[in-house]
Amino acid sequence: MKIFNRLWTKTLGFIVLLAFTAFFIVPVIWLLLAPTKTDHQLIFGNPFSFGSFHNLAHAIRVTFTYQDYALLTWVKNSAIYSFGGIAIALVASIPAGYALAFTNFIGRRTLLGITLFVMIMPATALVLPLFLEANAVHAIGSPISVILPFSFFPFGVYLSYIFYSSSVPRDLLNAARIDGCNEWNVFRKIALPLARPVVALVAFFAFVANWNNFFLPFVMLPSNSNYPLPIGLQDLLSSTPAFNPGIGGDVPILRPELAVATIVAMAPVLIVFLFAQRSLVSGMLAGATKE
Amino acid sequence: MSSVEVNKSQPSPGPTDVVSPVRNNKEKRGVAGYLFVSGYFLLLVLFGVAPTLYALYLAFTSSGGHFVGLSNFINTGKDFRFLPAFENIGEYLGIWLASLIVIVLGLALMLHSLARRVSAAFRFIFYLPGALAGAASVLVWLFMLDPSVSPWKFVLSGFNFHNLGQTIQPSHLPLIFAIIAFWAGAGGWIVVTYGALNNIPNELLEAASLDGAGVWKTALRIKLPLIKKWIAFMLILAFAAGTQLFVEPTLVSEASLGLISPAWSPNELAYVFAFQNNNFQYAAAISVDLLILGLMCAAVLVFRTKLFEVE
Repeated sequence: MKIFNRLWTKTLGFIVLLAFTAFFIVPVIWLLLAPTKTDHQLIFGNPFSFGSFHNLAHAIRVTFTYQDYALLTWVKNSAIYSFGGIAIALVASIPAGYALAFTNFIGRRTLLGITLFVMIMPATALVLPLFLEANAVHAIGSPISVILPFSFFPFGVYLSYIFYSSSVPRDLLNAARIDGCNEWNVFRKIALPLARPVVALVAFFAFVANWNNFFLPFVMLPSNSNYPLPIGLQDLLSSTPAFNPGIGGDVPILRPELAVATIVAMAPVLIVFLFAQRSLVSGMLAGATKE
Repeated sequence: MSSVEVNKSQPSPGPTDVVSPVRNNKEKRGVAGYLFVSGYFLLLVLFGVAPTLYALYLAFTSSGGHFVGLSNFINTGKDFRFLPAFENIGEYLGIWLASLIVIVLGLALMLHSLARRVSAAFRFIFYLPGALAGAASVLVWLFMLDPSVSPWKFVLSGFNFHNLGQTIQPSHLPLIFAIIAFWAGAGGWIVVTYGALNNIPNELLEAASLDGAGVWKTALRIKLPLIKKWIAFMLILAFAAGTQLFVEPTLVSEASLGLISPAWSPNELAYVFAFQNNNFQYAAAISVDLLILGLMCAAVLVFRTKLFEVE
């Protein structure tokens, strides 16, 4: 009886797992297949059928050439904002984490505490205040108004601090000092090369956060030529007849084209996920350490 | 990165006050400390502290720059869209947090009882949609919710939804945003919870099963209490992020033909004040409301759960 019960629980558990697998994966599969079909096929055909390469090529061509290659401009903008933000964030946060872990200065604990608070607070909470600030100094519309806030990345400082204080022995640095290294060289020649894994981790997290960020560029960059991809997607959504029947009848962006744009928007993050899954997961856990 | 992996991590000693061999070296290091944090400190002041202070200044003054006390807060609070916006995210958060507690914990416990390799495959699949966070996830779900193309057509027609307008009526939105948040975010939390479960010493679980505790009892009485802090961590972070909802209602309202208020969530209301009414004082007042909510979450997490080490 007990064995029968256990078998029953197991089967039920497996069915639940498969149901959730379908929930998570079906939208992804549908999205990847959508560009191979025509709008008509999407409505009347089997949702999991493959259309044709001809359709795929057509959808890609229409999406990319729409509004004089606007999509490429958005990709370029997204790349500039994301990587610009990452570069400055790394330059600022790796030395800061190092200093918080290994040096003593007045206000060190306070700085660490503030970093923790700002890191936990959702970044979105600062978007409108940042807008008001940028507006007061007439920086609206400039890429800097997005790149610089992106480069303020307290989570990166925290990851770097945790890394240095838990994985780099203080004696190693002291040995270098005894050998005559000055403070800059101790960092540059010893601590920085050791930080390679944490540099990658901070870069991954900053990339995912920057690339998908919608609200900040939405308020800072009003002109189409400055849009990053998420705002571009919104622009396509607001002009497509697929979701707004009646308006923009001559806009060639239908569902297959929207799917192409969505895939273009998610592809870089997906690639990062596929290759860096392990380190991303370990970083999520590093947000807090075990007691 | 093994040092920060949960199943291996150890309480790190933090900077200890090792006496440095040469005294003036230590002083020099103090100066070096300032230089090393200077870049980050500058960014913190310019893009963390300054906007917060400026928002506070605006929230307490009139457009002419006169101190007006709490009147901006009171006036925005009296706005007809203010309470509904907070009710909307309240409803959304209720569903989203409940699903985190029931489904995420349930799935993590299930995966934890499977063979490692099998569970790794499931965890990866659950985690994957996280790549489509933000605008992309909303677009995907607009397709999923549109009965004319959705692969879930049969489910939608079971509820008698025959066009997108019927699926995304205003009363459905909290549930819809919770589904989107779950789709894109639950996988990450399942992975985190699974990691925490993996941390439970095996002897404990063996002892429980020797004492005759079944699968359910072990899960409820032993496993869950041991990962309590992680559950709190997940709920507080999800709550804090949830109060900030913006991209989801903005994009869905784009596809709703004006059915959905452009001030559905508090952040959207602040946006409307700033961009449509040019009333920066009111926008700042709502931003300050939301900042206080976020800060309270951070305070609870830092001071009550002690999950983060600051020494």
